[in-house]
Amino acid sequence: MAAASSGSRAQGFSLFALIRSNGRAQVGLGVLAMFTLVLVLGPLVCGDPSDYVAIPYLAPSWQHLFGTTGQGKDVLAQTIVGTRASLFNGLVVGLAVVAIGAAVGVTAGYFGGRIDSALSLLVNVLLVVPSLPLAIVIAAYLPPGPYQVALVLVATGWAWNARVLRVQTLSLRERDFVLASRVGGEPHWRIIFVEMLPNMGPILLTQLVGATTYAIGAEVGLEFLGLGDVGAVTWGSNLYWASNDQALLTGAWWTFVPTGTCIALVGFALSLLNTSVDEATNPALRVERSWRKYLGTVHVKPGMVTPVVGR
Amino acid sequence: MKYLLKRLGFYAVAAVFAVTLNFLLPRLMPGDAAGALFARFQGKLSPEALEALRRAIGISDGPLWKQYLDYLWGLAHGDLGTSIMQFPAPVLQVVWTGLGWTVLVAGLALVLGFVIGTALGILAGWRRGGLIDTVLPPLLAFVGAFPYFWLAMGLLFLFGFELKLVPLRHAYADGSTPAFTFSFIADVARHAALPIITVIIATLGGWMMGMRSAMVAVLGTEYLALGRAKGLSSLRLAWRYAARNALLPNVTSLGMSLGFVLGGSLLTEVVFSYPGLGFLMVQAVRSQDFPVMQGLFVMITFAVLTANALVDVVTTVIDPRTRSRES
Repeated sequence: MAAASSGSRAQGFSLFALIRSNGRAQVGLGVLAMFTLVLVLGPLVCGDPSDYVAIPYLAPSWQHLFGTTGQGKDVLAQTIVGTRASLFNGLVVGLAVVAIGAAVGVTAGYFGGRIDSALSLLVNVLLVVPSLPLAIVIAAYLPPGPYQVALVLVATGWAWNARVLRVQTLSLRERDFVLASRVGGEPHWRIIFVEMLPNMGPILLTQLVGATTYAIGAEVGLEFLGLGDVGAVTWGSNLYWASNDQALLTGAWWTFVPTGTCIALVGFALSLLNTSVDEATNPALRVERSWRKYLGTVHVKPGMVTPVVGR
Repeated sequence: MKYLLKRLGFYAVAAVFAVTLNFLLPRLMPGDAAGALFARFQGKLSPEALEALRRAIGISDGPLWKQYLDYLWGLAHGDLGTSIMQFPAPVLQVVWTGLGWTVLVAGLALVLGFVIGTALGILAGWRRGGLIDTVLPPLLAFVGAFPYFWLAMGLLFLFGFELKLVPLRHAYADGSTPAFTFSFIADVARHAALPIITVIIATLGGWMMGMRSAMVAVLGTEYLALGRAKGLSSLRLAWRYAARNALLPNVTSLGMSLGFVLGGSLLTEVVFSYPGLGFLMVQAVRSQDFPVMQGLFVMITFAVLTANALVDVVTTVIDPRTRSRES
């Protein structure tokens, strides 16, 4: 049932076809695969990142490829070991954010009426209250620990997902197959989980990728401010210590460049992945892409011409 | 008008939500964290400062509703409590000093970034596949993937430390007193330049891509084909016909991302030790100056809500479609 009557965005979407045909998806997944490898194998090779291996602020050399920190720890080891905590937390927070967003958004969209009004008001208020200052204030009141930052990010991050999924639910709710199952007397939970949610597959996927990107960035930001566990080795705490040990004033660029580049590479790879899923599932974007290819073969300069999307 | 009033009502609800959350947070701390916090400061602070802390985190005999009313009453009179670390300075005074600097940096960065990014988006959308359209989007997307504060560190290292083009910290040279003289304003500009540029660089890609896709959508419509058939000049078509209509979604997304850009700008202040709200907030968190922290949250939220309301007013003025939604 669900597969036969997928929504218009979801038509013919397959992750494997996407990887085969889309260069952006290949690059994005390639970078992510590389980081996964670093995450799994890296810590076995690089040694304990908390060891004092040399004098502070040693510039990069053959012994220490990325140099040493202001406390004489190996920057390469810290970057590698930091990858694990940052990516893992990012993914877990991302999953939680999408789950809560889906629960709230689908409930609001499916039941409508007063439930929808109340939930939508909450979502819109959370969207307009600046999330970073809110996260800082909540984090400051929670006892410090490994879950402090993750909890705060889940609490403050789900509103956008709820909003998008609510709109999606509103359009799905009126489709024939959903109406049919309602008339057929299926219980609400079954309609939501078995009929509707599978049809939101691609949207949930882009949401998960987006939420993970958000979580990694926000976590790095909060940890950079010294919230969370600064004793743990993560990308955020690496940057916190670089800033705390006055790396900028001693010219020790190598203490913050590797971590920042890793964050950007992961964020960029995730956004490439999202763009390509969007392209594969959004007909307007797909037409534009094949149109450009076609223009290339007939040697017409793109610009003035616009493809017309058939419905 | 009805639409605007509805929006203003919504912002009022949001403000009450933020204020209430601000009131409840310290009182909902797990366990007896408030008592423990209080005990930690005992003996280190003067009795008056302890009293200020007690009031801020709500260790008192009064029932919750009475504390809440007192809190609202104080807030309405501009009384956000007393700073613990800069005792006995009122929180409002501490927060007020930061507000101007943040409005200067975040405001300018937001407006300049939006204008430049939108213009680039118009060009990219108009000449799809052209130079701007092929080179800038991936480049800006990659730059945008860096955390704001990391870009700030990189730029500060390059232009402040290595090239010594700009000062390394603060909003104006140490020792100089604020005055309306040319040399002082020039000094402020030199200090603010790099933080502003950081935020512009980080946000440019988002504005550009948003405007580009809005342009692409408008370019497919029939009135544009008609304009072209009439023989209108390409300049007129691009700016007066296409861009004017494509601009509206981008202005709406300006409102949506205000809080996000401000958040990034607050982190940027920390790197430059720029004395705005973000820098004050981090100092307050590190020294556990809870009254100041809460006052800053209220002030930042109010600033964002005000800016959002302004964007709404602008949208209603420039877009007749919003006005017709009233009926």
